Amino acid sequence: MLELTDIINALVLLSNFVLIPALSYGSQLAMGALGITLVYGVLRFSNFAHGDLMAFGTMLTILLTWWLQSIGISLGAFPTALLALPFAILGAIALSLIFDKSVYQFYRNQKSSPVIFVIVSTGVMFMMNAIVRLIIGPNDQRFFDGTKFIIHPREFKDFTGLSEGLAIKSTQLLTVVITLVTVIALFWFLQKTRTGKSMRAYSDNEDLALLSGINPNKVIWITWIIVAALATTAGTLYGLDKSFKPFTYFMLLLPMFASAILGGIGNPIGAVVGGYVIAFSEVLVTYAYKKFLIYLLPEFMEPRGLAQFLSTDYKFAVSFIILVVVLLIRPTGIFKGKTIR
Amino acid sequence: MKNLLNENIRAPLAFAMMALLLLFVGVSQSWSVALSIFNLCLISAIMSLGVNIQWGYAGLLNLGVMGFTALGGVAAVLISQAPVAEAWTAGGQNILISLALAIVTIVICLQVKRRVTNIWFRRSALGITLIIGYLAINHFYAPGVKAIEAVEPATKGFLGGFGLPIILSWAVGGMLAAAIALVVGKITLGLRADYLAIATLGISEIIIAVLKNEDWLTRGVKNVAGLVRPVPYELDLQRSAWFSDGVRWIYSTKLDKLSEIGQEKLLHDLVIQNSSIFVKLCYSGLFTSVLLILLILSIKALNSPWGRMMRAIRDNEEAANAMGKNIVKQHLQVFILGSAVVGIAGAMLVTLDGQFTPASYQPLRFTFLIWLMVIIGGSGNNLGAVFGGFFIWFMWVELEPLSIFLMNLITANMDGVSVIKTHLINSAPHLRLFMMGLVLLLTMRFMPKGFIPEKTRLHSIS
Repeated sequence: MLELTDIINALVLLSNFVLIPALSYGSQLAMGALGITLVYGVLRFSNFAHGDLMAFGTMLTILLTWWLQSIGISLGAFPTALLALPFAILGAIALSLIFDKSVYQFYRNQKSSPVIFVIVSTGVMFMMNAIVRLIIGPNDQRFFDGTKFIIHPREFKDFTGLSEGLAIKSTQLLTVVITLVTVIALFWFLQKTRTGKSMRAYSDNEDLALLSGINPNKVIWITWIIVAALATTAGTLYGLDKSFKPFTYFMLLLPMFASAILGGIGNPIGAVVGGYVIAFSEVLVTYAYKKFLIYLLPEFMEPRGLAQFLSTDYKFAVSFIILVVVLLIRPTGIFKGKTIR
Repeated sequence: MKNLLNENIRAPLAFAMMALLLLFVGVSQSWSVALSIFNLCLISAIMSLGVNIQWGYAGLLNLGVMGFTALGGVAAVLISQAPVAEAWTAGGQNILISLALAIVTIVICLQVKRRVTNIWFRRSALGITLIIGYLAINHFYAPGVKAIEAVEPATKGFLGGFGLPIILSWAVGGMLAAAIALVVGKITLGLRADYLAIATLGISEIIIAVLKNEDWLTRGVKNVAGLVRPVPYELDLQRSAWFSDGVRWIYSTKLDKLSEIGQEKLLHDLVIQNSSIFVKLCYSGLFTSVLLILLILSIKALNSPWGRMMRAIRDNEEAANAMGKNIVKQHLQVFILGSAVVGIAGAMLVTLDGQFTPASYQPLRFTFLIWLMVIIGGSGNNLGAVFGGFFIWFMWVELEPLSIFLMNLITANMDGVSVIKTHLINSAPHLRLFMMGLVLLLTMRFMPKGFIPEKTRLHSIS
């Protein structure tokens, strides 16, 4: 006989291990994918250095956080990293603009093919990667402080009397809220302001935009500024939520590209939706449903194994398989992005 | 000075410089180190040849080099390891059944895709087939894997291989890589160039993920060590009479000057030293012959009508298409060929190491570094790719001590216990990543055709 408490327990379990983690991971992916999609839309190339730009920005946040902590400044319940973030963004913007001026601009003027840009961006990736490793080293760094839990699993159990605990980490809530604010601000900027409109116009048709007197250099600068800000914020939130390791950030490139392409590359709404779809698929497919099913199914139907579709080690495979399926079935993504020839 | 930049003498110049660099290492560090670098230079050169076939001939941006290298390594394990009979009886049958079921599922899916025309009917049929197929495969697969991995997990826990000489795996590695490349190419070729890059990067990550987790195949992260060598072992050499006689003969002038006891002692040391050099020389011989064969074939292919067609497709796809060339088919062909060459190199690498460690496959080392070799050496030019393989590998190895030296120089005036000083010295190895990136960017900017550029052939109609 199915009891109500069992159903509630099952739902709490699912929220705790699937819904909430996927929501925060999805937000981080969405912000990362937005950066990739903006570079693709405006600058017209796949930026392989994006993961390492994220790592660079996060590294600055960490160093500033440590410095702030050492002189005794903190935000109380909030992580100190939030105070360091704006300054780290400035640093990431500076680095992006330096690389644009010294590297990408030349190929833009030459009207090089996208492949050349990809190769060049891997060169930039090497250098950014090296800078990060030189300064902060290749190891795991934690920089979280402040209140850890908004809802503590034990308190939740005591309060509700359920056997399953629900944990909401403050970083998870922060991630979702900051993403929401950032995405709304970005869309308002792109849709309503003059500069945002000029960016979209430039992305749609470069020649027409130039004819209408849009200054391409300004558009490119603004794009890098937004991209660096998004990357640093996404990286910092990911680092707060999990931990910071340069190699992990490099590996995030794949799910972020998958998100951008799934949503329709060059399309900001698509990047956000894509981020959440990829995150939810990764978590849903690699979650072991054994306990969940035990709550819901009568005893004789209970699963013997873990009831897991794929082992957690295949997370990358999930985002990648989605990527391939999208490229094969609907190459423009869910929302029409740039056409792929 | 102008002559130095003449493109015709650049190739001999480059290789002469490379030889000098290696000789310098031999004299200043040791011959053993020089030979180790040389052997890996040879393997790198073969990988670089493979990538050059894809990028230089046809303009395909394959960032999955790491995956194909690892597949070559798998071949080395599967060919050379002895079969584990207990594991086969425990779960071999289940694995074979699930393999057969996987093939059946794929065949049914392909048939459905071809025969059923109604789009929604087709999609639901595909979905149902996949779900049933997954459940059926899992029913046999999971217990099979569990049984196999339970067989002596500390040393075995996998099906083992064929127990054949490892040198066969070089060819098999190429074939395995080619087979996977066929599947990958079918899926991804036809995408735009930078999408192909992302897709192949992803596929290589998946290949590594599979190798790390499917313990029944190659023991996963537990690694396979002690692969049987194709060349003699140092200990056997030291014990054999002909080897010490040979060493005595080579060093006879030096030995004759010493007393009897001194002779014995020196000879003993020399035999130990030279046994390791001899083993490395054997590898060098094997690798050099493979490289030469592949290089000759590559040069022949590039100069043949096939090579001309490939270049035509690379330089102007539409025109080549208009001339009746099937671009997707040719791309697939060149993708398979290049991957096979990379697979051969992958098998050779594992042979040299004597062990297979999936965790050691890192994209920076096995994908992007190889790309660097091709681009800096000269894409489209086989000699250039070989030179790039030599040069970049040499730099990759020697930049590490060099950056430590540099860091020591920079920090020489700093306080002995300064935190910054130790940090800088410890992070010196990362400096080479920076230099590699810088070299790539500088080459792309100022020498986009690489050090030994592709020859542009101009035929005038006389």
